[in-house]
Amino acid sequence: MSGATTAIGRVLPPSRARRFIRRLTSGDEIAHLITLTFGASILLITGLLVLELWVQSSLARHQFGWKFFATSVWDPVFGNFGALPFIYGTLVTSFLALLIAVPLGLGAAIFLAELAPRNISDALAFLIDLLAAVPSVIYGLLGIFVVVPIMRTTIGPALKSSLGFLPFFQGPNYGVGFLTAGVVLAIMVIPFVISVSREVLLTVPRDQREAAVALGATRWEATWKVVVPFARAGILGSVFLAMARALGETMAVTMVIGNDPKISASLFAPGYTIASVIANEFSEATGDLYIHSLVLLGLVLFLLTFILNGIARIFIVATAQRGGAHE
Amino acid sequence: MTRKAVTVGLSLVLVLSLMLISLPSAQATDPVLINAAGATFPYPIYSKWFDDFHKANPGVQINYASVGSGAGIGQLQAGTVDFGASDMPMTDEQLAQAKVKVLHFPTVLGAAVVTYNLPGVSTELKFTQKALAGIYLGTITRWNDPAIAKANPGVSLPNADIVVVHRSDGSGTTFIWTDFLGKASSDWASKVGAKSSVNWPVGLGGKGNEGVSGLVKQTPNSIGYVELIYAVQNKMSYGWVQNAAGKFIKADLASVSAAAAGAAKTMPDDFRVSITNAPGATAYPISSFTWLLIPVQIQNAAKRDAIKLFLNWMVTSGQGSVEALSYAQLPKAVQAKELKAISLVH
Amino acid sequence: MTDFYNGEGNHPLDKTVPSSIAMKLRMLWRKSLNLVMLSVTAACALVTVSVLVFILGYLVWHGGSSLSWNFFTKLPAPVGETGGGLANAIVGSAKLLLIASLIGIPIGLMGGVYLAEFGGRTFPFMVRYATDLLNGVPSIIIGIFAYTVVVVPMHHFSTLAGGCALGIIMIPIAVRSTEEFLRAVPRGMREAAMALGASKWRTVLTVVVPAAFQGILTGLMLDIARVAGETAPLLFTAFSNRYWSPGWNQPIASLPVMIYTYAISPYDEWHEQAWAAGLVLMGLVLLANIGARLVLSRRASFSRS
Repeated sequence: MSGATTAIGRVLPPSRARRFIRRLTSGDEIAHLITLTFGASILLITGLLVLELWVQSSLARHQFGWKFFATSVWDPVFGNFGALPFIYGTLVTSFLALLIAVPLGLGAAIFLAELAPRNISDALAFLIDLLAAVPSVIYGLLGIFVVVPIMRTTIGPALKSSLGFLPFFQGPNYGVGFLTAGVVLAIMVIPFVISVSREVLLTVPRDQREAAVALGATRWEATWKVVVPFARAGILGSVFLAMARALGETMAVTMVIGNDPKISASLFAPGYTIASVIANEFSEATGDLYIHSLVLLGLVLFLLTFILNGIARIFIVATAQRGGAHE
Repeated sequence: MTRKAVTVGLSLVLVLSLMLISLPSAQATDPVLINAAGATFPYPIYSKWFDDFHKANPGVQINYASVGSGAGIGQLQAGTVDFGASDMPMTDEQLAQAKVKVLHFPTVLGAAVVTYNLPGVSTELKFTQKALAGIYLGTITRWNDPAIAKANPGVSLPNADIVVVHRSDGSGTTFIWTDFLGKASSDWASKVGAKSSVNWPVGLGGKGNEGVSGLVKQTPNSIGYVELIYAVQNKMSYGWVQNAAGKFIKADLASVSAAAAGAAKTMPDDFRVSITNAPGATAYPISSFTWLLIPVQIQNAAKRDAIKLFLNWMVTSGQGSVEALSYAQLPKAVQAKELKAISLVH
Repeated sequence: MTDFYNGEGNHPLDKTVPSSIAMKLRMLWRKSLNLVMLSVTAACALVTVSVLVFILGYLVWHGGSSLSWNFFTKLPAPVGETGGGLANAIVGSAKLLLIASLIGIPIGLMGGVYLAEFGGRTFPFMVRYATDLLNGVPSIIIGIFAYTVVVVPMHHFSTLAGGCALGIIMIPIAVRSTEEFLRAVPRGMREAAMALGASKWRTVLTVVVPAAFQGILTGLMLDIARVAGETAPLLFTAFSNRYWSPGWNQPIASLPVMIYTYAISPYDEWHEQAWAAGLVLMGLVLLANIGARLVLSRRASFSRS
């Protein structure tokens, strides 16, 4: 439609300049430009974030190199820093959290998606989303005053007497430690597992379920053997999402993990995570190497969550596409 | 209708909150705002001092953050606070490398006590120097170990694991404690050393004196080192410690002052001195001065005058309120020397 | 013809089909497994919901008993003394959220509009990618970023730095919810406006955004409620303050940081204040979530009529 500007139209042979000026003053271009600037600012902030993480950890990277990931000494006084205890603590607590949260969460998601009537399912899903909205520091508060005493007086001794032969449950039981942190983290990530899994299960086409039941499957068999495998990728995605969330949790873990940068097999022992050590020591880091080592730990955490989130997204999108293809 | 209501409601909320937020600033007639951070060891008396000083001089507001000596020194060097506080005097090396040159001003005398949580044991326990070193080295692991039991005849100690609690942050209190343990045990001196942050052989980490006392209070069969007032204010038991002369001493004003008596006579000009394991039959072995770290040069004239005013007030009238919080006053000789040193801040 | 009505035919669960003991047992096993597993999943859902109920109940019980007039009006008392409050932390959190909103809402809103209405292939893809990336960054890393970019050049902790950190955390959620609600506006409305001669920006401003307004608003409300509880990024940006913090250049107290500081201390009255602060914070979060839910459900019923 070159040349005409309105329906009534003036048929004028358009020159490039005139067209350009018309576009420019039409307001659309300006609006596009304005919103694009804001969009670009998001890119800028993200890029700057990655840049700062890289630049502010340069001293530590040059000094330690890859040895950083193999050293388990964290000595601020002598300037000897190693990431191993923190990576260990982060992975162990997150893994524990998933071990508890995934079966529980998947079970609840199956119930909400398959069995509960729609309005109950929506109401319960709302309540579970509320769990996700509780701030981390409140989980920490409850962790210190509720979970730690329970772990110390009830669950810890019970685990010790029943499973004490395993290296995981040996050693003194303080109340704080890897296990407590894992339990608190599990409560924090369960809503993510449930909400994503539930949504993913709801997108599985009806004909899959109906076909299974038509072949004689019980309700459970139809769910477990047909629907869940169909949504397998999405559920896996929710697990990765939960793990990424658990890795970055700071306050609740800091308050219940015992703050000891050591690697130990016992789950009762105190430990340390990357996020906790940054929270505890960043404001007291004197000397550039100390600060740069902490930022390097932050960079490691960033990369870990970045990779996990990326994988999660791929899986969740894959299930959505699969469900859509069957329509 | 809903949209209108929502818009009206939101604008009301916005206006109200803006009013609320600007209210306190409208009240203040621009007081001098000074930010400080550092040791948790003297925090109870500092918070009382800054409060009393603010009441006496409403034009000055000193906001002190109790984050640990390590963080205090760190923040001071980064320039994000106006002065710091530490129970560990800066070493020669630190002073040489410091971007901001500082002067040390001792404020009070305090004591690190051995606080423990043993439900069922009501008598105050006595700890030998070797026992304390062993507990923190991890060689003594149970409460009824003979090393502890020998010093406490007649007390039935439980056959339970000792939960050791130490500091997770860079701490002057840790320096005082490890300095003492290093003098008590050559094993400790060689394996761990005396610093503000060490490689602890065993134990849980608490943040600040607050965190350590919080952990000990909540965890049965635990032991930790905190400043005297934290144990007193929270009604926690603390033990008698064997001093260099072999006597078991309980931390109080008299025993802490006795530990400082010798050092007062030989106080160096920069006030950096350690009085752990001091000689003397009545001296409490884990006593220490604690210092404010004031920059030698303060650019802002208003802040400089306010800080010097506070230092003056602290050495003279401030000393009157320390004993109520179980800290000991600075020896008179040190007070006199300090008043002269305040003029060095310019 | 097989008489289905009278039980002939091959229904899989038909008991009249001759079956061996093994088949009967297998049927029993499958049926009982069905019952057990379905109850297990119900139990899982029940456990999860009861955890939430427990958390809320405990907060209300413990926090409610510690709420007092002092809590809302007094400054913190010196260590060990009673009668202090967290008035400065409540106002502090409000100030931080104000700055966070000033940064997060415009960028988030405009970014969402850009992604939903304008743009081609590559640039929106990059913006969306960056937004998702930012969403996954742990909040403490954003705190480090705000420290290096705001605190270090300014040479002190400040409300501004804390607000910047919180604002950056707000951006991805604001973008995502704005885009989602804008996309939900039916194409017909846009096309109708354009048919009437409105240019694109006019359509967006006067037709699309107002139509999605309620949804966008709820998204922003939830966003603010989410960052209100963030503690880690404030630890070394806003730091803390025992007094009122005038202006925007001084360290400032905030509810989440005070909860953390008080919770790990040994003092009982500090613990009480931590519970009260936790209740206030949770109350804010609950209010935002329930409010959002109400607005959205009203909107849904409105659009259905």
